[in-house]
Amino acid sequence: MKLEGSDWFYSKEVKKHFLKPEKFLKSEREIKDFDGYGKVGNMKCGDMMEFWIKIKNDKIIDVRWKTFGCASAIASTSMLAKMLTEKGGMNLQQALTLTGTDIMKRLGGLPAIKIHCSVLGDQALRAAIKNYLEKNKRTDIVIETIKEHEEH
Amino acid sequence: MKTIYLDYGSTTPVRSEVLKESLPYFSKIYGNPSSFHSTGLVAKKEMESARKKIAKILNSEENEIIFTGSGTESINLAIKGIALHELMKGKKGHFITQKTEHDAILETMKWVEKLGFEVTYINVDENGIVKLDELEKAIREDTLLVSIMYANNEVGTIQPIKKIAEIVHTHGKLLHTDACQGAEYLSINTKELDVDLMTINGSKIYAFKGSGVLFKKKNIKIEPLIHGGHQEKNLRSGTENIPAIIALASALEIAKKEKKKESKRLTKLRNYMIKRIEKEIEEVKINGDRKNRLPNNVNVSFYGVEGESILLRLNEEGIRASTGSACSSQSLEPSHVLLAMGLSHELAHGSIRFTLGKTTTKKEIDYTVNKLKKIIPFLRTISSAWNKKEE
Repeated sequence: MKLEGSDWFYSKEVKKHFLKPEKFLKSEREIKDFDGYGKVGNMKCGDMMEFWIKIKNDKIIDVRWKTFGCASAIASTSMLAKMLTEKGGMNLQQALTLTGTDIMKRLGGLPAIKIHCSVLGDQALRAAIKNYLEKNKRTDIVIETIKEHEEH
Repeated sequence: MKTIYLDYGSTTPVRSEVLKESLPYFSKIYGNPSSFHSTGLVAKKEMESARKKIAKILNSEENEIIFTGSGTESINLAIKGIALHELMKGKKGHFITQKTEHDAILETMKWVEKLGFEVTYINVDENGIVKLDELEKAIREDTLLVSIMYANNEVGTIQPIKKIAEIVHTHGKLLHTDACQGAEYLSINTKELDVDLMTINGSKIYAFKGSGVLFKKKNIKIEPLIHGGHQEKNLRSGTENIPAIIALASALEIAKKEKKKESKRLTKLRNYMIKRIEKEIEEVKINGDRKNRLPNNVNVSFYGVEGESILLRLNEEGIRASTGSACSSQSLEPSHVLLAMGLSHELAHGSIRFTLGKTTTKKEIDYTVNKLKKIIPFLRTISSAWNKKEE
């Protein structure tokens, strides 16, 4: 018997992104093409994410990521990558307003206990944008503190 | 897709012979053993016959077998029963257990701590074996019970129960062992093991879920947890679950008969699986004692990947296993067993347990290892913890 739909532990969308993740970093050689890098999470909690962003005219035109974590952590990072790059890319200001809840909505929801994983995705993105702004000595956009990890 | 069930440590299906033997007790021999008429008497006789069979296998007396509703209940009855017996005399006391026990033990111990009893949790070595010197030192004048599991459910490590019994009894104390995982493959002769109390359940030995046995030497005084119609010598009230009891006796008899041969077969398969994983996948760690290990347990940590992701990808290939990762638990903490054995959080998060059983074949093991050889490298590719484990 193949488990599908409601027989699975997560939504269809989570399953799709978990089994066929989009825009993950395939090789270290790709890194040089990206302009900002962020990393959040820790091994103790079991979730760690890295995010790379490519910027053109204040727009995120491409991203790569790497995630150590459960299915929802992998799926939420993959979904975030999709959200940022679909429709020709998202501008920085808009990207900074993205929240874990936005990612979760696109994933069709997550079990309550898993929510901290998707919150991590937007924090990794913020860290990458911060890194890009600092490298380019930009002070026009201010980023609030990045949560390293949800406390639990 | 064919299901490859490698999670027999979680639960077993009911054996067809066992099911067949218990079926008449649902609607043909349905009497209440407490009834004062022939229909009840027949049921009672059958129940007592099952008790006799189990007592024989355990090398105990019939009045030392208490039927319960699960392994968890047997454990609760043993620990709380002893604690409450002391409490009703106006006394308290001390319990000893160890850190890799099942939650049924650990949570019950936490509860008696709330009642004012003291509990010592003994450490284990890197293979999960209890530190015997620490155990001996922990025994006190007021120690009421020492509870050490027979074999660990996660890593399969078998504890030196006979040696533990010797230590405990030298000090004149009582020993309980949780034998839920061991009952199918190891000797459960209580005289040979020299235990005073022992827990067995149906759901791990191809009998029913929701059935258990507590072996308790007859001179040990405990308070019941469930009060009512005085069943089970007033230690566990409630109309007896006859089909489940028949199933327990049947399953234990079959297990006894097949133990030697099946243990040998599974040990071979287990070693084959471990050997292939270690040889064909880089950066893995086999958890648990390699020698003193349940014949059906393979527990392995994969560096740089998280257990739940492995588990769900295996699931997609039809393979059922379990993980010590926090992500599959309700606690967000990885396996307390692996942490107690000194594993890092990373390795505990990346652990997968395969537990083999009666339908497991070499072909299934090969299929599983072949899938792992694809799943692990892929998850490592997308992992932020791979290549960086030296940090």
